Amino acid sequence: MAEMTIKGEYIRGIIKENPIFALVLGLCPTLAVTTSVENALGMSGAALFVLLGSNIMVSALRKQIPPITRLPMFIIIICTFVTIIDMVMEAYTPPLYKALGIFIPLIVVNCIIIGRAEAYANRNTVKFSIVDAFGIGTGFLLVLVLIGIIRELLGTGMIVLFGYHLISIPINPATFMILPGGAFMTIGVLMALVNYGRIRKLREV
Amino acid sequence: MDNLFAIAINGIFVKNFLLVQFLGLCSFLGVSKETKSAAGMSAAVMFVMILASTAAFLIFTYLLQPLGLTFLTTISFIIIIAALVQLVEFIIRKHSPPLYRSLGIYLPLITTNCAILGVVVLNVRLEYGFLQSVFYGFTAGIGYTMVMLLMSAIRERVNVLDVPASVQGLPHAFFITTLLSMAFVNFFGVIPT
Repeated sequence: MAEMTIKGEYIRGIIKENPIFALVLGLCPTLAVTTSVENALGMSGAALFVLLGSNIMVSALRKQIPPITRLPMFIIIICTFVTIIDMVMEAYTPPLYKALGIFIPLIVVNCIIIGRAEAYANRNTVKFSIVDAFGIGTGFLLVLVLIGIIRELLGTGMIVLFGYHLISIPINPATFMILPGGAFMTIGVLMALVNYGRIRKLREV
Repeated sequence: MDNLFAIAINGIFVKNFLLVQFLGLCSFLGVSKETKSAAGMSAAVMFVMILASTAAFLIFTYLLQPLGLTFLTTISFIIIIAALVQLVEFIIRKHSPPLYRSLGIYLPLITTNCAILGVVVLNVRLEYGFLQSVFYGFTAGIGYTMVMLLMSAIRERVNVLDVPASVQGLPHAFFITTLLSMAFVNFFGVIPT
């Protein structure tokens, strides 16, 4: 990394180091909560909050944390923010909280967050760690929303966001898409497309 | 309150951790390339699942709830699991070196396996009693093992297939999982909820 710019670091998290397609981290929530766009937004919002909190704390304390105990410290920092978002969502958005179920407490063991703490926040300044959290968080959000759009549109024939009907298409809804199998198929197809693009790019070079 | 039979069917088939609830997918895709390592990983997961649901139930019911400390649930569960994994590692290394050699490398991976934390959190959410919690941990472990073995057997055989370069690896594994998951979705009607 020669020169770090805020914009470059942000874009890197979205494309080059996209948590799902490039790093293949955090698959469980990606597949489980994307039955609708609304759930996908809620999940990635919660993950972004935790990622931001943990990146700020870890990078601010990186000189104080002894290397040998760093992993337990990271987990405790992450746990704190997960508990905060867990209680806030339970209090203010009960339907969303119910839909996301156990995947809010499970953000603790989401490899994306501890991975960023270990690989980035532990080595960089607070400023860049915040940018990194936003970049990776946006990358996660875009993938989740994309999968959510595909599954909700094909599975129910329309997209309902916070009570508003956004789009509806005249098809026979394929319930398969909102069942677990649909999630595995969607991400399989998307990953194959990403690989296809990558291979073609390599061939051009 | 569910009876034990319903819990068993739920844990193994209807709400299978890997294929229906999407818990523990990282280890599922990473370790299912060959049957031997899949069997090792599943044995370790099942063992820790049973121990973790026992310990977590005791700590939650007799320590956190009476003291009104339920906001510490997530953090204490993670610590319980990490401590248990360490403990199991020590015990196995001391008493059964051959078992340690086959399970050893999988044990540290288990701390961050969401299937373990998942079963523990689900036990609390579903308000299971002691016996039910332990039994749910056990049956969820059996369900995990079954799917791991199925998947690794399939992956060992499809390795020799000639698939397009862009589908090789993870996408291919996802397509296999799709088919397995479709089979498991058929179990949905088994227990009237």
